[in-house]
Amino acid sequence: MEPLNNSRLSVSKFFIIFGMLLLGVGMIFGLIGAIQYIIPGYLKTYLSFEKVRPLHVSSVIFWILFGATGGVLTYLQEHTGRPLYSSLLAKTQLFIFAITTLIVLVSYVAGSFGGREYWEFNPVLALPIVVGWILFIINVTRTAKSWKGQPVYWWMWLTGAVFFLFTFLESYLWVFPYFRENIINDMTVQWKSYGSMVGAWNMLLYGSSIYLMGKISGDQSYGHSKIAFLLYFTGLFNLMFNWGHHIYTLPTLHLIKNISYAVSMTELFIFGRIIFLWQKSLTTAMKHYHHMAYRFLVASEVWVFLSLLLAIAMSIPAINVYTHGTHITVAHTMGATIGINSFLILAFAFDILNNSCVNFDCFKSQFNKAFWLSNISLFIFWLSLIAAGILKSSWMMRADRTPFAAMVYSLQPYFEVFMISGLFLLSGILLILYLMLKNQLRCYFRQVLGRNISDSSI
Amino acid sequence: MAFDKQRFIIAISLLTAFLFYSFYIYSSLPVKDYHISEQSNNGKMVWQKYNCIACHQLYGLGGYLGPDLTNVYGLRDSTYIRSFMQNGTNIMPAFPLSEKETTDLISFFKTVNETGSSDPRTFTIQPNGTIKQ
Repeated sequence: MEPLNNSRLSVSKFFIIFGMLLLGVGMIFGLIGAIQYIIPGYLKTYLSFEKVRPLHVSSVIFWILFGATGGVLTYLQEHTGRPLYSSLLAKTQLFIFAITTLIVLVSYVAGSFGGREYWEFNPVLALPIVVGWILFIINVTRTAKSWKGQPVYWWMWLTGAVFFLFTFLESYLWVFPYFRENIINDMTVQWKSYGSMVGAWNMLLYGSSIYLMGKISGDQSYGHSKIAFLLYFTGLFNLMFNWGHHIYTLPTLHLIKNISYAVSMTELFIFGRIIFLWQKSLTTAMKHYHHMAYRFLVASEVWVFLSLLLAIAMSIPAINVYTHGTHITVAHTMGATIGINSFLILAFAFDILNNSCVNFDCFKSQFNKAFWLSNISLFIFWLSLIAAGILKSSWMMRADRTPFAAMVYSLQPYFEVFMISGLFLLSGILLILYLMLKNQLRCYFRQVLGRNISDSSI
Repeated sequence: MAFDKQRFIIAISLLTAFLFYSFYIYSSLPVKDYHISEQSNNGKMVWQKYNCIACHQLYGLGGYLGPDLTNVYGLRDSTYIRSFMQNGTNIMPAFPLSEKETTDLISFFKTVNETGSSDPRTFTIQPNGTIKQ
């Protein structure tokens, strides 16, 4: 297992760097969207909410995809001790993804939409994403060469890569009238794909995080243990069958809802294990506290706990009736995509981009401040959404509902907290991104151009 | 080696079950006998063209800035809906919908309204935690 975090800008590093730029852009659009909640009509003429939301969502989803790809391509090489099956395929994938992402964002600004939640771009743009992802699958499968004796993280990478392709294609079944014509049929298949797709990218990220945990602690035995595989199969089982909790209130097949309800409850096993191992995790966290990558891995574990708690509650239909369509769902999504997905990728970025050229230790104090600023503000952000969700839920259940606009107005104080904490969260993340990207830029000038640039010149 | 074989069998079994479940859903979609007018079909594409889902919801799924529109046709008359679409609000822009697009979109709302209710007050919670619509 040869670490690849040398100073050379490899293609897998470019995935991380491009993803980081998208995270910055996505969060800025997120802040604009939050402002539009508290200042109605803000930027309505040029950048109304139906443009801002997809700009935010797509940027962040592409950040996750870029980050997941960069993590897997790096750790796959470290794990196998071999270079990628084809660096050209990875470069082609990077090029296709980068160009497609830029076209997607520009198309939103121009007001051109496919109009499907999360993948709101023209369906034609899905084709290059499919092609790029197939190249990724080829690299993942061919680099490892053998299936025998592979650790759990390799299985997770393979599963995540294959299932993302399957679910992404499935999310475009709506282009066929058979699936599209009836809204209930359409939404059933749409949320089947979305529910499993999140599980797919989680497989890629959790796989890399298990690898990274082992790399930092110097013990990769967990990746081969029976408990690791038991948890993996529990996750896979949920990826495949628990998506129905998104559509409990849709008049669709009862079978889907009942299967989802039963399968979701198996997540209690994962939840129980986190509690059981809490003390051990805490001791290990203290031991590696100085390691920024490890610190983000631990932060993501705390967010796994909070998100899983919310997810299990929302998977019970009787509770879901109260949370569905409220900001509690948004809190869950934000906790998962920022607290888990983004923090995991930042942990990979700290590990992968930290190199012999300029060490991140020089910026330890700033990273430390940014870490705590991000985590505390995310927690307040998360709580404000839950509070807004509870109030919306109580409005939804009231016999004498006030008009929708009056209800939204009553939530203003919570949206203000949401916006202000979002601003602090943005500041924390941007500081991290700035410091890391500055470091990479400095390395680029030093190594590639052979210039000796002083610290103050960039 | 035995461990490898064991997990391979589990993975294949799960994959087979997943594929069977997926194709069962594709072939037994929840609503089979339905008639959707061409106008309503076009209305759905108008809904997507203007990315209405970014702000509005259908069955509680979508954006949170505007209200859920699943049953808007049953609650408001078409003149009221038309007026909102053409004039916008202080938050919602006045979208440049043609007369045909407006009529098609209203027809889509009529069809969606006929599929059921998204109002959680109409649901019954069963003792086992499931809900009845």
